[in-house]
Amino acid sequence: MKIKEIVKLLNAKVYCGEDLGEMEIHSACASDMMSDVLAFVKDQALLISGLCNPQVIRTADMMDIKCIVLVRGKAPTADMMAIAEQKGIAILSSEYRMYSACGVLYANGLIAGDATV
Amino acid sequence: MSEALRLEFNVAGNNFISAGSASDEVKKTLKMLGIGAQFIRKVAIAMYEGEINMVIHAGGGRAIVDIFPEKIKIVLQDEGPGIPDIELAMKEGYSTATDNIRDLGFGAGMGLPNMKKYTDEFLIESEVGVGTTVTMVVNFI
Repeated sequence: MKIKEIVKLLNAKVYCGEDLGEMEIHSACASDMMSDVLAFVKDQALLISGLCNPQVIRTADMMDIKCIVLVRGKAPTADMMAIAEQKGIAILSSEYRMYSACGVLYANGLIAGDATV
Repeated sequence: MSEALRLEFNVAGNNFISAGSASDEVKKTLKMLGIGAQFIRKVAIAMYEGEINMVIHAGGGRAIVDIFPEKIKIVLQDEGPGIPDIELAMKEGYSTATDNIRDLGFGAGMGLPNMKKYTDEFLIESEVGVGTTVTMVVNFI
């Protein structure tokens, strides 16, 4: 799924990475705990989170995650946007809550990528 | 073993905005050196967790990173409160982090186990009231 399709499905506002719309995202994960993202995530390109601070961007960067969706309408801070711009990470914001955002993307074919639990 | 490339960082305590910048520098350097992506990921996660630990638990510290052609050695030193029971601290889910830290997305008790999981050598030396030194090695082969 392309980032621009994620934007459309989640009716999201693009804060960073306007130019990354054509990038393909193959799997996703969702968490408010960055420790869990670092512990359990493997090769996921999209992070859905309700946490809104610079460490969300840092964590994404460490995990080579290319796109972040902030749920519940959260807007990134200037610090977050500065790091994301530098790292080429897209930041989207959606009014959907976490569960709904995940559901919409999953139902449209964006899998978790860890379905061997 | 040929000579190492050494990087040194002062990690500022309680600065949640800059936390992770040392790990970022190391990640960039390894990328520039052409180290494989799977190794860079392991180093980035382990060092980032360690850096966050120093920021939230120890009031900052120092990171000394030696990069060899075949491995990387990361030493994280702090003068924080120390860890009274290392075995307990290594248990997944055990954390002494406050709610304040949890609100920031950390403190799930996964930091130390994660660091061990992603490294080939992992050693914690700690003395209560003196500080903690974590030594980690990731092999590139």
